[in-house]
Amino acid sequence: MTDRLRTDLLHLGVIAALVVLFLTLPTYYAGNLSRIMVLAIYAIGYNLLFGYTGLLSLGHAMFFAAGMYGYGLTAQLAGVPALPAFALGILAGAALGLVVGALALRTAGVAFMIVTLMFAQAAYLTILHFGTYTRGDEGFVVPSEARIVFGIDLSGETERFAAALILFALVLLATGRLVRSRLGRTLVAIRENEERTRMLGYDATRLKLIAITLSGALSGLAGAAYALLFGYVGASFAAVPYSIFPLLWVLLGGAGTTIGPLIGVFFMFYLIDTASGITLAYLLIVGVALVLLTLFAPQGIAGLIKRRLPWLP
Amino acid sequence: MEFGPHLLLAVLEGLVTASILSLTAMGLSLVFGVMRVVNVAHGEAFMLGAVLAWWVTGLVAGHPAVGFVLAALTAPLIVGALAAASDRLVLKRLNYDPDRTIVATIGLLYIAQQTTLMTFGPDARPVEPPFNQRIALPWLERTEEGWTWFYPWGLSITSYKLFVIAAAAAILVAIWLVITRTRAGLLMRATQQDSETAQAFGIPVGTVYSVVFGIGAALAALGAVLVVPIQQAHYLMGGEPLLLSFIVVIIGGLGSLPGTVIAALLIGLSDGIISVFFSPTLAKIIATLLVAMVLVFRPQGLLGKAQT
Repeated sequence: MTDRLRTDLLHLGVIAALVVLFLTLPTYYAGNLSRIMVLAIYAIGYNLLFGYTGLLSLGHAMFFAAGMYGYGLTAQLAGVPALPAFALGILAGAALGLVVGALALRTAGVAFMIVTLMFAQAAYLTILHFGTYTRGDEGFVVPSEARIVFGIDLSGETERFAAALILFALVLLATGRLVRSRLGRTLVAIRENEERTRMLGYDATRLKLIAITLSGALSGLAGAAYALLFGYVGASFAAVPYSIFPLLWVLLGGAGTTIGPLIGVFFMFYLIDTASGITLAYLLIVGVALVLLTLFAPQGIAGLIKRRLPWLP
Repeated sequence: MEFGPHLLLAVLEGLVTASILSLTAMGLSLVFGVMRVVNVAHGEAFMLGAVLAWWVTGLVAGHPAVGFVLAALTAPLIVGALAAASDRLVLKRLNYDPDRTIVATIGLLYIAQQTTLMTFGPDARPVEPPFNQRIALPWLERTEEGWTWFYPWGLSITSYKLFVIAAAAAILVAIWLVITRTRAGLLMRATQQDSETAQAFGIPVGTVYSVVFGIGAALAALGAVLVVPIQQAHYLMGGEPLLLSFIVVIIGGLGSLPGTVIAALLIGLSDGIISVFFSPTLAKIIATLLVAMVLVFRPQGLLGKAQT
């Protein structure tokens, strides 16, 4: 069996497992699954930049928010129908990725992290500043007309799950192909040794810019999907924790693996869900998890599996 | 109030901000300079200092000054010890790898913040200043009888705020003397220049790192003890000083101590002046973007030297 076939089978198996989970679990957990899949798309977008290209961004919430507001604001203010507004959301994420990338890629390492952090902070403050339109921290509810695609109302539990699953499946299969493609392998080469990749004649800066644009597009897609499926747009999704979460998910699940982001979101979702039932200070779990992960398992869960199964994408 | 007195007031308020900021940023700069790591949990050292100051002053009865002095002595010590311990337990095991250190200190940030939320609670709590006389300030103006002094309504500052400015200046001078004139400072500078060679010369680099990390956090805590009679203690108060300290350290040139002080004065004063005259959110957006641009186009900082 070739590696490519194995990869596709693995991804199809993951998707089938999600369907089985949805059919067998009680409604509350099934609803959580939709949320987990949308957040996993966000994590996959982050992983493309962090796990595969080796660039650690601390400001990805701005791309998520760009998608969310790109979709939500056009639907809310201009009455644009769901699909074009959704496409605009993805475009907004990609465009922001391109602009931020063009500036931030002039720096590297720690400076790159701080620059992305600051751009995200500026984006968050901008959302607050235009509070008349964005309703700031309070946020707004997406009009119900903008949540109907092809005559199907996506606010229903089953419809929402189906839409989330289709989006997630597309993204998972596409990234599975992408990371095995020429571009994906070159990005990994940049992560492993940028100087050497440059010496081999690759334009590393251009490739990194492509990676950050794709990552922004995927994060924007996730943000737009979140607003589309759950009907709420708010500034808290642009704040610092939403830049830290994808890093945590990817680290926990396994950076540089295709299924790692889903695993990470899954675990962290239920960890936080359980913790917030016990205490107000549920973010404590996030802190402890980050410290323990960096100390003891920098490759994450999928990284540990990958040691046994080296063909894992 | 007219423009002149208004500006003087803004400058004085800005100086208070700048004083606190220079202490906090100095801590961050020292850690970055010597250890080459970015401590994202630095703001939480500030927050812990403020919360501990509230706790210590609550333990002591009698004149508020007694509690304040006790807080100024103990809070930085406790925070410094906590930071040194986390250096030993976490950062040292990561070999100070820059990326992983940032992730780990984000974790420490949440641990400190959320533990405070669980114990101290979500409310903001005030600390009584040790002394707080209102001092009216005179203003010179030309009237029909020539130049005269008068006291415009609202142009005043408290004695405590003046004390904050003086105390911060004294502490900065003390740090400068320690770094340039003492053996401990020499060890720090040697480690900063070349940690491997320093190690080869028998300098306990690991201990120097832990001590510097502790001192950095203690400086933030000291700044917080000074500010807490003006601004209340709250478990989320670490975010703003962290961001401002980042800005200061970047503008001043990463790891350059004189640059840090100058940048703190610049940012503190302009923050005071800008927030008096403009919308604070818009000012923050512009400031944040400007600093990001400095980092993009002049990574060595405005005052730092280009690295060869």
